[in-house]
Amino acid sequence: MTVLYLAHTECDNTLHKSALEGLAVAGDLAAGLGEDLAVGLIGGDVAAAADSIADCGAKFYAVSGADFADGRYASDLAAAEAIAKAVGPAIVIGPDTSRFSRALPGLAIRLGGRVDTHLSGFTAEGGKPVAKRWFYRQRMEGTLTRDERPWIVTLSSGIAAPFSGAGSAAVEAVSVDVSGVRTKVQGLECASEDAQTIRPDANLLFVAGAGWTKKQVDGATHVDVAETTIQTFLGATKASLGSSKSLVDISGEGGAVISFLTHMHQVGQTGATPRHPKGLATCCHGEEPHVVGWRFIKERRAINTDAGCGWAQGKCDVLYVGDAFAVMKKVNELLG
Amino acid sequence: MGNEFHIVVCGSIVPDPLQTLAPQDGPSGPVLQNEMMLPAVLDPWAGHALFEAANLAAKNPGSQVWLVCLGPKAKLQQVMMAVSQKAPFQLVVADGTSSGFADAYETAKVLSDTIDGIAGLDKSKMLLFGGWQSASRGSGAVMQMVGEMQAVSEQFQGVDKLTVADDGSLEILERVEGGAYQKSVVDGAPAVFGWATGELPEPPNNPQVGMQNMQKNMPALMQAKPADLSGTSLSFSSVAVPQQRRETRIEKDMSVDAMAQEIVEWIKG
Repeated sequence: MTVLYLAHTECDNTLHKSALEGLAVAGDLAAGLGEDLAVGLIGGDVAAAADSIADCGAKFYAVSGADFADGRYASDLAAAEAIAKAVGPAIVIGPDTSRFSRALPGLAIRLGGRVDTHLSGFTAEGGKPVAKRWFYRQRMEGTLTRDERPWIVTLSSGIAAPFSGAGSAAVEAVSVDVSGVRTKVQGLECASEDAQTIRPDANLLFVAGAGWTKKQVDGATHVDVAETTIQTFLGATKASLGSSKSLVDISGEGGAVISFLTHMHQVGQTGATPRHPKGLATCCHGEEPHVVGWRFIKERRAINTDAGCGWAQGKCDVLYVGDAFAVMKKVNELLG
Repeated sequence: MGNEFHIVVCGSIVPDPLQTLAPQDGPSGPVLQNEMMLPAVLDPWAGHALFEAANLAAKNPGSQVWLVCLGPKAKLQQVMMAVSQKAPFQLVVADGTSSGFADAYETAKVLSDTIDGIAGLDKSKMLLFGGWQSASRGSGAVMQMVGEMQAVSEQFQGVDKLTVADDGSLEILERVEGGAYQKSVVDGAPAVFGWATGELPEPPNNPQVGMQNMQKNMPALMQAKPADLSGTSLSFSSVAVPQQRRETRIEKDMSVDAMAQEIVEWIKG
């Protein structure tokens, strides 16, 4: 039986870093199980992507063409199904990009298999594949296995070093008819580069907590100052912006809001699970549920006014007890 | 021209996110400590899906909303006392576990079978709603599988906005990486939508809607059929809360200038 690794190309026909990380995991797993490795590529034009990983020791399959350039459930799933049926794998692995997180779970039904998603580890132990994933929004990690095959999984980013090994790949084309698909992709709606504040590949995550909109020592709120301070910092550092749910929800409670924060900025229990190398939290507070926002941030620092904050103590490396308005104003001056 | 939709919202209950959660071994796998004692809420993403469904139904006369829940009916009854005041819907219950350790496929199978049992559901008009993730297993996989089991392959995940045109076509914004949206158009029902947060605030409580809902929904709770999720080989060798604790350096007496200088050096380092 074979381990099939599926990946899709990006709009520039390359493979994303998370796809290369997943390939490394798939290669190690196949080697550990003593199984063959196959790679299936889906995209508008996959030739360059295949060549970029040609040295991975796999047989290559691909579904390509204009119908597969964009992420679309029905066409991506049809392509994945066709490749899987050509390969006949015991295990199908893909990265949990938004595109494959959307499409691959349906493959379990098409192939009569089972699916586990967002794995934080997938290795061969005692000749069997063993998976790790988080439950209850990154609050507890489980180690699991199952007998059903094919076993379809998606892998979280950041759990392995990216594969590298370019060459010249021989790719077997697989044809798929998607003429019956009713969904038409119209394109992407992106913020301009200046307005963009969600940056998954940034080195730093800046988390804004509800304290930015609360009354300050003079008894007044200073949301305008908070907005300027945060935007200046993001402009200077190109950090990614995250927010606590409480800050985003203030809008529904009639409170003053930071205008550029949306639900898409939420991190933690009810939002994204960022994996930036560094994180700086400001004006945050709370206990257990907030910790999950930190779970995968390697270096963590925080600024808040409570030295006894249970959220910060034991959770971050350095807690600066101070007024974030003053500290970040000075930080911005130093950053120029 | 009006569009009539039959909107089925799949949503389960989860422990209140403010609770401290810890796992323990149960007779058939891991469970949460004191699971039946923990206060429960409607899963946040399923809640968004329900509010969007109610809003869509209100704008399209003749539309109906069903909320299909897999969960212990005693806990569901408590949660529904609150949820029923938010929006009109018909509750459909499968009495079983809402555990985050339950298999995603088995969960999807129960939900799909339960949908098959809804009287009066016209699947040609069906919009299948749910959360794109949950606050329990968080697989982001159940809705796709329910859709496949219902033979619906026009699917969207991480949806924040759904706009219905006069001709019945649906324009969808799905979240993709980097804070961007992918915009798609599908020519109409049936389709599957895994909702992110949507754009609607949580509706205020409406006791009148609550009374009307509970008159219909209490019998649904009483008649709930037991759900069987045992058809899986999924097994856990361990589930644990990470115990890693950091040695936090607490700087109480550092000047603002010194703090700022150290932070900048750390960022640049």
